[in-house]
Amino acid sequence: MNCCSQKPVFEMHSGEKLCKPHFTEYFEGKVFKTIRQFDLIGKEENLGVALSGGKDSLTVLHILHRLSMQNPKIKICAIAIDEGIHNYRDKTLETAKEFCNKNSIDLHIFSYKEEFGLTLDEMLNILDVKPCTICGIFRRYLLNKKSRELNFTKIATGHNLDDECQSVLMNQMRNDAGASARLGPKAGLTQDSRFVQRIKPLYLCTEKEVTAYAFINGLLDSFNECPNAIHSFRVQVRDNLNDLENKFPGTKYSIVNSFLQVLPFLKEKFKSGSVKACAKCGEPSANDVCNACIYLEKLKNSIIRVV
Amino acid sequence: MDKLKVSVFLDRDNLNKTLQLDDNSIVSDLLKELKINPVTVIVSRNNELILEDEKLKNNDEIKILSVISGG
Repeated sequence: MNCCSQKPVFEMHSGEKLCKPHFTEYFEGKVFKTIRQFDLIGKEENLGVALSGGKDSLTVLHILHRLSMQNPKIKICAIAIDEGIHNYRDKTLETAKEFCNKNSIDLHIFSYKEEFGLTLDEMLNILDVKPCTICGIFRRYLLNKKSRELNFTKIATGHNLDDECQSVLMNQMRNDAGASARLGPKAGLTQDSRFVQRIKPLYLCTEKEVTAYAFINGLLDSFNECPNAIHSFRVQVRDNLNDLENKFPGTKYSIVNSFLQVLPFLKEKFKSGSVKACAKCGEPSANDVCNACIYLEKLKNSIIRVV
Repeated sequence: MDKLKVSVFLDRDNLNKTLQLDDNSIVSDLLKELKINPVTVIVSRNNELILEDEKLKNNDEIKILSVISGG
């Protein structure tokens, strides 16, 4: 069924076909409804948008930038982390810089090389670890630390429904309900001033919807996938989920919607007490020493052994 | 049966292909031919998105854009 007499550009999993204006209205309406439903953005904010230069983060920034133009009490800045992944992050950061220049948005870039002394590529030449594990630890560490130093009230990320769905299933398969408790449109478990609240405005938008919106709004750059992604468990889960979605449309929505019903119980069960300060760097940590410092120590010891 | 000639650009592989398809083929036939899951792509012609039931024309230039990106 078509929405109107205009040519359709997107077919919903329900079978309804939307033209460009109706799809745009549907997509933006869903993002704003998500923001309201989960109370993601208050009346006055100094928001940081975690920008990679990919379609998801550009879409979040595009929509929140418009929100901030309409509401001067909501300030927007972009923050990017340069992990140092040759032929990947250098390209996406160029797109990020171009977008911010064009729209007069302040962009703060922090790199692993400057903050930790090594790029991710160099780290992976030294340590035999899964790239996504070590990369995730350092990226979250820097994003939180720098966002706090920049006085961001919240960090908006480009996580979409597909990302959340994959994480829910991965945590089930790993028997890690505690990790699932940290998911949701408002990520994390602990209300601590040293943690900057992470929010996911695209939480209920599928990756295909985000791509179509990005295409229509000229936000879609040439294809770019992290060269390390092939090693990840997430890719296996993603491909299987896409096969299921093709056979049983609406599967991803069902998984995330049922997850949202149990999420409050998970958050309550895994609610953590006081957060420690890392003995080495002083950043918030569940243990005496944070994961970032543990890996930095491993890197240091490996370099010493090689020398 | 007459055949259609369709040029396809696959952004994920950065690859151009030319295919011969049956005269009354639609986008989903093209995706089946290329063994692509429609959930994982959007399809455009002349810089406009087209749906899976869109009829293809002779000498169409189609772009198949992956929705998967990032890390």
